[in-house]
Amino acid sequence: MSDSEEHHDHSPGRYIKIWAILLVLLGVSILGPLIGIKWLTLITAFGIAIVKAGMVCAYFMHLNIEKKVAWYLLTATLLLLLVFFTGVAPDVMKPTGQNWRQLYHEPTREESAVHHDEDHGDDDAHEEEGHSEAAH
Amino acid sequence: MSFQVPIATNRSSTGIPTSRLGVWWVLASEIVIFGGLIMCYLMFRLHHESWSFEAEHTNPWAGGFNTFVLLTSSLFVVLAHQAAEVKDTVKSVRYIWYTIFGGFVFMAVKAYEYTTEIMHGYTMFKSVFWSFYYTATGIHGFHVMAGMFIMWMISRDVKKGKNLHRVEVIGIYWHFVDVVWIFLFPLLYIAK
Repeated sequence: MSDSEEHHDHSPGRYIKIWAILLVLLGVSILGPLIGIKWLTLITAFGIAIVKAGMVCAYFMHLNIEKKVAWYLLTATLLLLLVFFTGVAPDVMKPTGQNWRQLYHEPTREESAVHHDEDHGDDDAHEEEGHSEAAH
Repeated sequence: MSFQVPIATNRSSTGIPTSRLGVWWVLASEIVIFGGLIMCYLMFRLHHESWSFEAEHTNPWAGGFNTFVLLTSSLFVVLAHQAAEVKDTVKSVRYIWYTIFGGFVFMAVKAYEYTTEIMHGYTMFKSVFWSFYYTATGIHGFHVMAGMFIMWMISRDVKKGKNLHRVEVIGIYWHFVDVVWIFLFPLLYIAK
């Protein structure tokens, strides 16, 4: 690790303090979406996720005092992901095109849910079949 | 014939000990694996509104509890590293086992979630969302189990006072597993 490591506080108390902050942030990320405002959900869920991940990387993984080589290594892979996203997203996320038609039907909330009544109905029907077979 | 430590084990041209540099390389490849999955998820999630309807059937309390468990196990493993730094092997082993226990609790909650979801008909083949859900959480769970196994192996060495530097190495890996979950949690359980 770098020269600054000598001045870094490795005491258990510091780690417990960071853990407590992470738990508070977790609480906010769970409670934020309950308010039901979409932009607030995005900030509390994803904004806090980035902060939490940053804190774990910096203080638990000690990236804040790690040599720059490790940073270059990790940043390079993150840049590769960005290349992947920007290269593929325009195609995947475009609903219309000149030489193709979108045949996919977007399910509604109702269509997305599993209908337990029907399932149970089928189960009941199978059970009845079983009973009738046993009776015969 | 006696075993000799390979030259690369002790040589360091980057200033980072070889074992730690090795784990950074592992994590670099893991970023591409999990990052690729998350990027794909984002592309589909932003484009298909129905994915938010599917996400309504995941259990945010179970996911939140598992986030708490992983954050706490991360604390334990960093405390194990801190104890190993001061050569307190008893305390280090104890914290490693607390971390392994955290992994067990995480997997138990995940097993409960999987069982409930499958029993309600939300299987891997129900839709692309659920395929992604089981793939991402399954690969993550595999990493949790691998981490637990490696920690068990390291704890045996630490008990004998050997290879204490490995506690830091497995700690970095475990924190990464935690970081991945920190991103999976809002994607799969919160954004509805």
